[in-house]
Amino acid sequence: MKLWNHYHTPHSIDQAIALLNQYQGKAKVVAGGTDLIVELREGHHPIQEALIDVTQIPELTSLAADDNNEIYVGAGVTHSQIVKSAVLAARATCLVESCGVVGGPQVRNVGTLGGNVAHALPAGDGTTSLVALDAKAEIIMNGQRRVVPILEMFRGPGQSLIDSTRDVIIGFRFALCGDNEATAFKRIMRPQGVALPILGCATWVRLNPAQTHFEVARLSIAPIGPTPGRAAEVEAVLIGQPATDAAIEHAIETALQILKPRTSKYRATGDYRKEMIAVLLRRTLQLAVQRARTGQAVPEGIGME
Amino acid sequence: MSKLDITVNGQIHHLDVPESRTLAQVLRYDLGLTGTKIGCEEAECGICTVLVNGTPVNSCIFPAFKAQGREVETVEGLAHNGELHPIQQNFIEHGAVQCGFCTPGLMMTATALLNENPDPDDHAIKVALKDTYCRCTGYASVIAAIKSAASEMRGEGPLPVNEPDVSEPMHAISRSVPPQYVREKVTGAAKYTDDYFFEGMLFARTLRAAYPHARILSINTEKAKAFPGVVAVLTHADVPGDNLHGLVYRDWPVLCGDVVRYMGDAVAIVAAETEDIAAEALTLIEVEYEPLPVIGDPKFAHSPEAPVLHSKHPTGNLLKHIKVRHGDIEQGFAQADYIVEREYRTPTVEHAFLEPECSIGIPPGVAGHEKLTILVGSQIPYQDRNQIALAMGLPEEKVRVIGTLIGGGFGGKEDITGQIHVAMLAQATGRPVKMLYTRQESLIVHPKRHATIIRMKTGATKDGKLVAVEAELYGDGGAYASLSDKVMTRATTHATGPYVVPNAKIDCYAMYTNNPPSGAFRGFGVTQSAFAVESNMDILAEMIGIDPIEFRRINAQKVGTTTATGQVLRESVGLLETLRHVEHDMMPADGDFRWAWRDGHKAYAWGLACAYKNTGLGGGAPDRAEAEVEAFEDGSVEVRVASADMGQGLAHVVAQCTAEELKLPYHRVRVLLCDTDLTPNGGPTTASRQTFVSGNAARVTSALLREALTRSAAEFLDVPPETLYYEEGLLRHNGKSVELGTLVGWMKANGLSSKVRHEYHAPATQPLGTGGDMHFAFSYATQAALVEVDMETGAVKVLRIIAGTDIGRAINPLMLQGQVEGGIVMAMGNCLTESYIVENGVPWTNLLSRYKMPSIKHAPEIISHLIEDRVSTGPYGAKGVGEICSINTSPAICNAIYHATGVRIFSLPVDQDALLRAIRAGQTEVYTAWHDVR
Ligand SMILES: Cc1cc2nc3c(=O)[nH]c(=O)nc-3n(C[C@H](O)[C@H](O)[C@H](O)COP(=O)(O)OP(=O)(O)OC[C@H]3O[C@@H](n4cnc5c(N)ncnc54)[C@H](O)[C@@H]3O)c2cc1C
Ligand code: FES
Ligand code: FES
Repeated sequence: MKLWNHYHTPHSIDQAIALLNQYQGKAKVVAGGTDLIVELREGHHPIQEALIDVTQIPELTSLAADDNNEIYVGAGVTHSQIVKSAVLAARATCLVESCGVVGGPQVRNVGTLGGNVAHALPAGDGTTSLVALDAKAEIIMNGQRRVVPILEMFRGPGQSLIDSTRDVIIGFRFALCGDNEATAFKRIMRPQGVALPILGCATWVRLNPAQTHFEVARLSIAPIGPTPGRAAEVEAVLIGQPATDAAIEHAIETALQILKPRTSKYRATGDYRKEMIAVLLRRTLQLAVQRARTGQAVPEGIGME
Repeated sequence: MSKLDITVNGQIHHLDVPESRTLAQVLRYDLGLTGTKIGCEEAECGICTVLVNGTPVNSCIFPAFKAQGREVETVEGLAHNGELHPIQQNFIEHGAVQCGFCTPGLMMTATALLNENPDPDDHAIKVALKDTYCRCTGYASVIAAIKSAASEMRGEGPLPVNEPDVSEPMHAISRSVPPQYVREKVTGAAKYTDDYFFEGMLFARTLRAAYPHARILSINTEKAKAFPGVVAVLTHADVPGDNLHGLVYRDWPVLCGDVVRYMGDAVAIVAAETEDIAAEALTLIEVEYEPLPVIGDPKFAHSPEAPVLHSKHPTGNLLKHIKVRHGDIEQGFAQADYIVEREYRTPTVEHAFLEPECSIGIPPGVAGHEKLTILVGSQIPYQDRNQIALAMGLPEEKVRVIGTLIGGGFGGKEDITGQIHVAMLAQATGRPVKMLYTRQESLIVHPKRHATIIRMKTGATKDGKLVAVEAELYGDGGAYASLSDKVMTRATTHATGPYVVPNAKIDCYAMYTNNPPSGAFRGFGVTQSAFAVESNMDILAEMIGIDPIEFRRINAQKVGTTTATGQVLRESVGLLETLRHVEHDMMPADGDFRWAWRDGHKAYAWGLACAYKNTGLGGGAPDRAEAEVEAFEDGSVEVRVASADMGQGLAHVVAQCTAEELKLPYHRVRVLLCDTDLTPNGGPTTASRQTFVSGNAARVTSALLREALTRSAAEFLDVPPETLYYEEGLLRHNGKSVELGTLVGWMKANGLSSKVRHEYHAPATQPLGTGGDMHFAFSYATQAALVEVDMETGAVKVLRIIAGTDIGRAINPLMLQGQVEGGIVMAMGNCLTESYIVENGVPWTNLLSRYKMPSIKHAPEIISHLIEDRVSTGPYGAKGVGEICSINTSPAICNAIYHATGVRIFSLPVDQDALLRAIRAGQTEVYTAWHDVR
């Protein structure tokens, strides 16, 4: 079945925007197509007059750390490229761990971080980690270049701030982990049915210089609501606490009181999700603390979870 | 049309193609490189994998213009100057090719892996191939092949092949010869139905029902007919003959005219110049329906409130009540010291063969065909012909069915799908017509494994002797009969398990519902009843306080046992041997065996289960196959049978039998399968019968040819015939000899035929209820599963399976091992991942992404023992293997889960969510599965 009529591969953002304007809502941005083309075939979108492939635009494909310990990941960078990046593996480990479990190699070889965010699922794996990393998204929206905090990118399940018949995500920027800082990501899948996580959890922690206490923590647990989000109350419980299992258990108790995961059909019961909140918070926080203390991080579970 | 410049396998192409093309379409349609296969178009199965600039991608969702200016590598580019790539060679050597439909995808993914990593371990291979599926092999041979290829490419030579031990190998029998067509399968040259193209060919699509149960008030095809590019739109009114088909009961409309009974029902068919036009035309057909009440489950179907689905069926929605009565059930339970009674549920299961259904119809006089000809990858070509002829109102001789290669079947390609539709459209348009199902259509249309509800009561004495089994089975037969009668009969007759059970009362109700029809699926009903039987066995063993292995040993069928259907087993009952081997391998070196142990939050445990499965149709059905064997002047021999090879390897089995009888080198035997004009009837490829029946047909017919050749050679050499012997294609007598080809030439010159045709009749069987031999042979199996359960998440992993399988004789040990490994992994899917969900007649599982089958990451270590307890009537002692390896895996895993967690699973597939909640709550029984999560 024909799913689109024309295919354009612009080499600059201006060209891409001009093409989108030209088609007036009848064309969509495509990157890896692992969401879009599958959905087109399932009839979720009308046949597109054109697809605008943004993966040949240099700004979207670059991946580079700057002097300020910040890194820029273009929206068109593939999951495989993220997994292969040594700097991300060491200093944004959760992102590598989350992109490393998206689909199989063929999907990761073309699927992009930008596509994962633009798709705006409540539990896109790359997205879950970008939230814990407190990333900012650089976008062109209504013709204007803007920088927005990652959480502002989501309007509802499957609904992004941007309209990909008009706007383009250019890339993401976030701080790399420094001394006493580390991250971890884990997810729980069910072996049956659709490949959406029952629960994913990305954790970012900073310990005090003596490495005895939590200084700051950022926790991203998904899906927990209609859009990705942070577990702020749980983060608050950790601040200033000793970096021990007891403090982690205390945070888990808080999480179980506050977070009310839902039962979703053919995916998971709310009760099971609650259990998994405890398991994943425990596993990721312990791992992140250990990584922060040793300054060593080796991504886990790549390609197999 | 736009310019696309791509390099494919080193060759630069400047193409003028629509921008809407995917890379798979350009490769297959514009470049004719049909080695790249399409299995789902959802980025799920991975078999469409090609390399773009060295990187594996799913070509089914890869826009062709994304490959602009890039280099593409496909399976056709692997071999150089006719010399196979080490990956191809090792896939052959290690037996990693069965149906071959996934093979190009697996090999391309492996190519990319080895380019990056010259020495991958198991883990690296699993990561790389995780989303490239194979439904046949179980992946063990694939991993071995890739490691061996890597070793060879590193210059260290290939690795030894892991060939199973067998006894008494003969000249060609019990030898691991390569399967037929394997070279074509690894080079991409192998042709499956969708790989055939004909001049002027049209493309067809089917309009499916809009409701699971509804009356059709009107059908208007005018707008569709007027749509440019549409050549024909046909409905029930256009069926020339009988508008019904069906393998056992003819209850299934070719095209529905009055009522639709499930969502896969066909209402109209369209042939058009392109697939897109045909698809578009479907949306223009107007059908008015009056929705009717839906029967969503078999128990409701049996209730008085349920509407009657087939008014002509004498017992209403009760398709068939099947009974087994043996001994005196009340007296049996009166003797029991322990009785267990539980209810089990198994879900509908999808075959998910990787090649979706495809048929091509060619009208008489077109493309060199004299008759109405149908190309199809079917398991039953002669029955296809019969059903096509009846629907077309033609005598059978006016229809020819040519079987193409089959990309997996597992029972799911026995019923009619598009065969009659393409015959009608070819007839109506005078042009060849191809009908290829999308994966999504395939999921909705073809019959599945029966969902069952099984209440099973088992009684035993305190010294561990089974005394009685009482069972009630409900099978969801779906909208049409298909093979429900036979399948559920097998579920019933095997419901005592492979044990001595003196008293049995078993009732099975196969019901019509508005769900997709259920039919044949590897295991043929026994998969379902074995889950209940073997779970009850473990529950009882624990109640009695006896070791589960010992409990099975005490009750195992032996030579001399009378089965619950009254059959006395006279030979070839290898169950105890399978048990002995498996038990031996479960024991650790230090002899300190434990059923279960803990390590942190991981619980480990063993579980074990036994099974048996009939070979052949049985139940009094005449079971026969005809073969034709012809010797040629070039010294080759061709054997012809109309039996299907859907990847399980029938072709090499018949070739080996012929090579054996004529003591010919194997490579000089050709096999022609599945052509109703050229090959005699081999009957259905079902019930693990082909090795036995077609193998015997090839064996006996080849022996007859040998006698004819001997007589001629005696004359030619002027020696007594008794002194002649065969050796490597020669007939010898003392110093004298004659080449087979020379002899054939001489025979021709003297007006003698070098061709023999013979029909083999398997030993007679008796219908159920009459006592006597219901089947002519049974295969036996024991499997032990070692599982790991994450006690914090409930996730279950199978680490190791030890399998003992009694198959009489391993005609081709390596390929047989592939059947065992593939059967085990498929059964793991049945236990852990697979469930086809239907919500009140409407399939939820309408996408492959909603149906998870085991991938390479699930592949456990498999230790397989072949037990060869010969059956005297089998070819060289062989009996069936296709199904026996796939039956007891599920209960073995569930028994292991119980040992690990103390929680018993009564509903498949195992739900980690419910399992964990049960562990947490201290409950010991789980009666829900993941499809109950709402
Ligand atoms: C088999 C399979 C398994 C998968 N498994 C997972 C998984 O485990 N976890 C997971 O999170 N996801 C999974 N996915 C979903 C998907 O692969 C990811 O979400 C991926 O990151 C999407 O990226 P893409 O480049 O392919 O997006 P596309 O399909 O190209 O685009 C997705 C959407 O985003 C828009 N878009 C893309 N890029 C931009 C941009 N730069 N600017 C504006 N709009 C843009 C498109 O218009 C479209 O609406 C899976 C998909 C498949 C097919
Ligand atoms: S992934 Fe492309 S056909 Fe299945
Ligand atoms: S050989 Fe892999 S699917 Fe058949």
